[in-house]
Amino acid sequence: MTITDAKPIVSTRWALDDGHTLDRYLTTGGYEGLRAALRRPPGQVVEEVKAASLLGRGGAGFPAGVKWGFCPPGVFPRYLVVNGDESEPGTYKDRILMERDPHQLIEGVLIACYAVGLAQAFLYVRGEMALAQERIATALNEAYAAGYIGRNILGSDFSVDVVLHWGAGAYIVGEETALIESLEGSRGMPRLKPPYFPAAIGLYGQPTIVNNVETLSNLPWILSNGGAAFGALGAETSRGTRLFAVSGHVKKPGVFEVEFGVTTFRDLIESQLYGGGIRGGKDLKAFIPGGASAPWFYEEHLDLPLEAGAVGKAGSMLGSGAVVVMDSDTDVVKACHRLVRFFSRESCGKCTPCREGTGWLEKILRRIIEGQGRPSDLAMLLDVSDNISPGIAWPPRQTTICPLGPSAVSPIASALLRFREEFEAYVGGALESSVEVRGAAYGPKRVEVAAT
Amino acid sequence: MARFTSGNDVIAREIIDRYPVAKSAVIPLCHLAQEQDGHLADDALVQIGELVGITPAEVLGTASFYEMLKREPCGRYLVNVCTSISCHLMGGDELLHHAEQRLGVRAGATTADGLFTLEEYECQAACTEAPALQVNYRYFHNVTPADFDTLVDDLAAGRLADTIPPHGTLARIRQRIPSDRAAGAASPIGGAQPGWLTDSPALTDDGSNP
Repeated sequence: MTITDAKPIVSTRWALDDGHTLDRYLTTGGYEGLRAALRRPPGQVVEEVKAASLLGRGGAGFPAGVKWGFCPPGVFPRYLVVNGDESEPGTYKDRILMERDPHQLIEGVLIACYAVGLAQAFLYVRGEMALAQERIATALNEAYAAGYIGRNILGSDFSVDVVLHWGAGAYIVGEETALIESLEGSRGMPRLKPPYFPAAIGLYGQPTIVNNVETLSNLPWILSNGGAAFGALGAETSRGTRLFAVSGHVKKPGVFEVEFGVTTFRDLIESQLYGGGIRGGKDLKAFIPGGASAPWFYEEHLDLPLEAGAVGKAGSMLGSGAVVVMDSDTDVVKACHRLVRFFSRESCGKCTPCREGTGWLEKILRRIIEGQGRPSDLAMLLDVSDNISPGIAWPPRQTTICPLGPSAVSPIASALLRFREEFEAYVGGALESSVEVRGAAYGPKRVEVAAT
Repeated sequence: MARFTSGNDVIAREIIDRYPVAKSAVIPLCHLAQEQDGHLADDALVQIGELVGITPAEVLGTASFYEMLKREPCGRYLVNVCTSISCHLMGGDELLHHAEQRLGVRAGATTADGLFTLEEYECQAACTEAPALQVNYRYFHNVTPADFDTLVDDLAAGRLADTIPPHGTLARIRQRIPSDRAAGAASPIGGAQPGWLTDSPALTDDGSNP
């Protein structure tokens, strides 16, 4: 066990009934990070965030300070788009941050705008989150009235509007270029990168920073306490603390803020502080380490630290911080279908391999579950997967513009290769070995973790 | 009725003014139309197009991408039962089956009295509180079949009217940017480097403006 006594950074007000109000925020250190930022030149604020080594908390895990640096010099205006479109199955943390501590997010937005010279910010909240929209609207109205947002913030030359925007139900809008398309009033379909890297060609064709809610919520603390203090927590590339949602077959599902990089999956799933172990005294069958897109992990991965590099080397990803636990009674074929169904429904339709492929994967899996499957279906699942994500490798290659299509391949490759006999029992025949060879290149590798 | 009321017309123009490009207001205006009418009527497509300077077909092109925007009338209460992975593992499928039995409709349909529309929904970000559902996008966590029956009874009797507005209304609190505080929408055309982006701090150590 490697549970540390690191203090929480972003979840400190969650237990307060009035943690979302400006009054409570101000009596608990609120807007001090903004003041600290404004007392320094913008360039120094960027350096402070770089010193923190704050990895983006949305899924891709790119360092926030470095991302800020990609805006081409001399091109203005620049915009900020806040990604609050949390929808990855298993993922539940940005919603709590928006509902319970909206001012912390707004303060982070303001710090980012000041540091990078962003002329306007758009807070894109998922459409289905009515309470988050109400809490953020209230917080923005309070903050405008108190002089924290708008013209001449805190009496300085720093002026920026923060606009609450919300979506209307589409997972793909969480992809940053689709988010921008949607914010421009269009269908939320991803753009090709290159050339449409948002930092260069983003909202209205201008340089645009897209940051996740949890990422920005860390900024007030970093400016108040220093990037070095943040960077002193964690390990390797994974610094500070991070929120993980533990759901599925655990005794105490919940969202936990833990020290990043050192806490292990076993801690999260088994410790009494967190998940509390598998419910009903059952054994672990598998767990998803980072949202529905991530290849599954198993018993042998429990002692891996929650560290982006280590998890990547072992063949999966921390993604959006969603750990979904499946016990020994789980029907993995049904679980696999449920994950693939999600990507099939949420495919935007722009790229043929994903639009057609995810649909057929879902249909084949449904047929198998309904008892109409054929032995050849198992090879077909891998064949279609190979068309979406050639080689079914990790990290995935893709024949599509965005990673949604390859995400549908993760649960198939995970479940079919690990629990092949369960699929074979459904279809009453064996997976053809010639296809298995191709698929066998994929999947979490066994890793040895030194005892701590 | 489907054109905006005069009050909503004022709100619509206020929303449009916040964006550097008017078309960005399409989705918020679709929500406003649903708040008024419960769904997105033909006239609303026309008027939204007029307001932001695009054709009704372009408004429909955007709106048809998003599953919260309903082109057909929907029940007063939209009940979305989650059966994505975490809820699936914790009994979401059984909850949906119970909901179909209790309401007497299959997922995707509306009850004859127009009170309930039932949908099988994907992940709602309540994974640690599974199985979960939403009524008009308000959460109910760890829902048992008995909880569901109580919920339906309460909704039908109007006992939750204070906390759950009719379908179409999302946030009941709007953002309002006071004109004397607004920095203004930042046009993408002809933008200059922001005045504060210099080598000097915006505030001195005592908090005043240097």
